[in-house]
Amino acid sequence: MARAHRKPRLAVWKFASCDGCQLSLLDCEDELLAVAGAVEIAYFPEASRAMVRGPYDISLVEGSVTTPHDAERIQAIRRQSRHLVTIGACATAGGIQALRNFRDITEFVSVVYARPDYIETLATSTPIAHHVSVDFELRGCPISKAQLVEVLSAFIAGRKPVTPAHSVCIECKARGNVCVTVAHGTPCLGPVTHAGCGALCPSYHRGCYGCFGPMESPNTRSLSTRLAALGMTAGDIGRVYRTFNALADPFREESEAHDT
Amino acid sequence: MTRKTIKVDYLARVEGEGALRVSLRDGEVRKVELRIFEPPRFFEAFLRGRAYAEAPDITARICGICPVAYQMSAVHAMENAFGVRIPDPLRQLRRLLYCGEWIESHTLHMYMLHAPDFLGYESAIAMARDHAAHVERGLRLKKAGNEIVRVVGGREIHPINVRVGGFYRTPSRRELAPLAEQLEWARDAAAETVRWVATFDFPDCERDYEFVAMRHPSEYPFNEGRIVSSRGLDIGAEEYDTHFEERHVPYSTALQSVLRARGAYLVGPLARYSLNFDRLSPDVQRAAREAGLGPACTNPYRSIVVRAVETLHACEEALRIIRDYEEPEEPCVSVDAGPATGYACTEAPRGLLYHRYSVSADGTITDAQIVPPTSQNQTSIEDDLRAFLPGWLGMDDDALKWRCEQTIRNYDPCISCSCHFLNLEVDRNG
Repeated sequence: MARAHRKPRLAVWKFASCDGCQLSLLDCEDELLAVAGAVEIAYFPEASRAMVRGPYDISLVEGSVTTPHDAERIQAIRRQSRHLVTIGACATAGGIQALRNFRDITEFVSVVYARPDYIETLATSTPIAHHVSVDFELRGCPISKAQLVEVLSAFIAGRKPVTPAHSVCIECKARGNVCVTVAHGTPCLGPVTHAGCGALCPSYHRGCYGCFGPMESPNTRSLSTRLAALGMTAGDIGRVYRTFNALADPFREESEAHDT
Repeated sequence: MTRKTIKVDYLARVEGEGALRVSLRDGEVRKVELRIFEPPRFFEAFLRGRAYAEAPDITARICGICPVAYQMSAVHAMENAFGVRIPDPLRQLRRLLYCGEWIESHTLHMYMLHAPDFLGYESAIAMARDHAAHVERGLRLKKAGNEIVRVVGGREIHPINVRVGGFYRTPSRRELAPLAEQLEWARDAAAETVRWVATFDFPDCERDYEFVAMRHPSEYPFNEGRIVSSRGLDIGAEEYDTHFEERHVPYSTALQSVLRARGAYLVGPLARYSLNFDRLSPDVQRAAREAGLGPACTNPYRSIVVRAVETLHACEEALRIIRDYEEPEEPCVSVDAGPATGYACTEAPRGLLYHRYSVSADGTITDAQIVPPTSQNQTSIEDDLRAFLPGWLGMDDDALKWRCEQTIRNYDPCISCSCHFLNLEVDRNG
């Protein structure tokens, strides 16, 4: 007997984050009601107080793991999820809050809080893949809405998502942008940064600041030489790699090479 | 003796992670705790050692719903520190960007998060099955706000075009023209929204708040003005720390801000509207009056009507700015960084957002303080529940729990922001 068709169950989970990547789903104003028609939105507290128990077919996970409780929670989510997709720089690379990994957490807590003893936190912010197996990682700070719709469509259809692995440079060429580095000497992380934004910053006459994280095979060392030639200090170079994707290996290694 | 606990373990339709615990004994409210368990991210700590120019991009990441607010408070604080004056066309563009965020954020809250409470749905998506035309109008209105942010800022979430001193690239009149077409529709849709939300059934709950908002000599406030209150406060941003203090309570990872002299106060749409009604255009004032509002509003449930009025104002203001826009000669003015401390408040959709930075001679941030609107409203949220709960004790548990949630959602709390911030628990056995 054929199995009855059931809509795939979607769950959206939040860890340490700004909410921006899950907001991207609500920002799909043209597609939202269609998405809601194609899947059963079973767990999405930002949008609905109805919370359906698992298991879920697709779990979208936003945010990084920063507390002992969250380190346990992600394990339970993985067990309930057929496919687990991380969305955004926090979930795939620890996010801006991973800057703590390079510093002393005790000092961090005391800078912000009058009563550090009330705060329970881990010394590190880590990507979801450091804790459980992840079926697909969607990059960006924030993610691209178009890529999110593509990933959801692909998982619903049971195919592989089509998201380019090349650099922002390729997107600039496709867009017909004049290179901000060549033409204006503006430092730009485009050559080592993962595509997905559509070469946004250079289109606004600004150098890429790497919010989609490293592309597949980045030559960060070569780019750093160029950045230095453009007048950036070692401290400046270390800092540009150590921002929204500080824990992604190629960016982490390059930032550490510039620690003074 | 009867005891009861109401627990909401994970508050829905708010931005971020929080819970509520209410304890009742013999019909008396013993304890109300808005528990914020959003994990702390330590922005003020890791801003130390970063370049002053990074502040707008980094602080945007505090909140994906209102990144423009963080960028605006950050650039104004830095410009205050370095004595930078922003010429009028750039100032107008910043206001336009802020209009976009108000429209997007207010519409998200009204249609997706708050209206379902009044009409009895778990979500806007469930509401769309019976009220498709309203939800579709809401989505299109939100999109019109997002389009402004996308065109002026580069993208809807974490815009890339804002810098200390102005912008990286200013749009041409031709780029702004299609926005005006959408905004003509959006203005009518916002007026329709005011009429729609005015038909909701509002609990008869009023409170005597101390409203705190910015006030500008001639405009409804976005970026500039003095910090004023309904009880006589009138200060500049540099005096903020003298009058306000942040407290740390054991059940929350969000600090709670209070007025040193008088305790709890309220920021956001109700405060802004009640302190600046005379700064709205005659058309917007008329729409507010037709929706049943006076020149001040002290019923927090009617905040949805005030948000609709502010959305109408933002559409009008955006249209005016686009109509009068002349492309600036330079996208930004030069910034001469040096050792200094800068202060700024701007009006985020949820209310006053304070930033303070100290910067060293080489432009490195040595100290940062950020006070988001939801931190400032936490005490008022708890006080609302304390004041209103005794009238609701006849409700069954599910209805009571929902009403508590709705009361918190009146504030459009942004927990991701306030964490430096919710889950509902009502204990009837306190």
